[in-house]
Amino acid sequence: MTIDLKTVDIKPLRHTYAHVAQYIGADKAASRYLEGTMGAQSETNFHYRPTWDPEHALFDASRTAIVMSNWYALKDPRQFYYASWTMTRARQQDAMESNFEFVESRGMIDLIPQEVRDQALAVLIPLRHAAWGANMNNSQICATGYGTAFTAPAMFHAMDNLGVAQYLTRLALAMEGPDRLDAAKEAWLVDPAWQPLRRYVEDTLVVQDPVELFVAQNVALDGLLYPLIYGTFVDDRIALQGGSAVAMLTAFMPEWHDEANRWVDAVTKIMAAESEDNKALLTRWIRNWEEQAASALLPVAEMALPGTGRAALDEARQQLRARLGKTGLAL
Amino acid sequence: MSNVFIAFQANEESRPVVEAIMADNPNATAVESPGMVKIDAPGHLTIRRESIEERTGSRYDLQQLHINLITLSGHIDEDDDQLTLSWKH
Repeated sequence: MTIDLKTVDIKPLRHTYAHVAQYIGADKAASRYLEGTMGAQSETNFHYRPTWDPEHALFDASRTAIVMSNWYALKDPRQFYYASWTMTRARQQDAMESNFEFVESRGMIDLIPQEVRDQALAVLIPLRHAAWGANMNNSQICATGYGTAFTAPAMFHAMDNLGVAQYLTRLALAMEGPDRLDAAKEAWLVDPAWQPLRRYVEDTLVVQDPVELFVAQNVALDGLLYPLIYGTFVDDRIALQGGSAVAMLTAFMPEWHDEANRWVDAVTKIMAAESEDNKALLTRWIRNWEEQAASALLPVAEMALPGTGRAALDEARQQLRARLGKTGLAL
Repeated sequence: MSNVFIAFQANEESRPVVEAIMADNPNATAVESPGMVKIDAPGHLTIRRESIEERTGSRYDLQQLHINLITLSGHIDEDDDQLTLSWKH
């Protein structure tokens, strides 16, 4: 008796779900990112308007002045959906854990000169509160924005900012102790150098338009703060003065900022390319908030880099200008 | 001119690789069989890291394609940016 093995080739009738095919066409398979994103925004059968905002439906694209014919055009170049995002962050978290382990097991904190340690803590730890503001703002963008392609990455961004705040907390605990957290909060609340930034963060907490909030927080403030603090201050100053342990314990922030910029830039680029009205509006918002963010960061820059703070901030502004130029927006 | 070919498991990870190959090699033909995608190309076939990265939106190490690689034919010339199959010595 012989047994013949035969393969049967079964052609799938459908490559993807109908609600995904609506956006990408039915002739090709969709990636997991597209399947987890396209058409996921709830649109119909909301009988009642929310009592807290009767002007709008529960999910309403008109909450922002930006007009998009298709909100799913705002695709995330990183292609993050829940699984790919968590796996990426888990890997980065592992790397950060080993950094903390490395620094603590070798007593590297004690090798940092005391004044460098104080300077690093004085500048970095109050920024927990700025990161928390960014967490709140991105949660708000997710809540009032429209279209899963835009709102889901905003929520990831909110949680990433919470991660940044937590790493700063751990930095304070590793380098000094819980008292430093109280001192940093006190500085955030009363120290004159921090008040303009605190005002900026609190002003953004009440911005109603989700896209304007996106510009104020993710484009303007973070676009200046990260290069200034984690680039110029930590890498070029603290690390060179014997504080490379600080650079190790904040390694996540610049890495994350560079990665997240790809999303932020893609969103602004696609929105600006949609229409002249969008472009004009985005330009107006960016000019306004970037100006304010720069003046809010000036005292922090001066405190971080005595004598060269303004120059460092100007350099960060130039960098942001160049970045925005690539997205088709002129500051 | 002899063909070179490369075959991958048909799954989510190799899809962007296959798409990149098909985009970069206009003469290549992909044959989908159960669980496998085999790509034939006359003479030579190039896999470019950048094209894969454009599709996945994240960094890609060309060595990653070995995870889903089934078989290939041709002489391999590879560096960090590309992998080329051909019969040239």
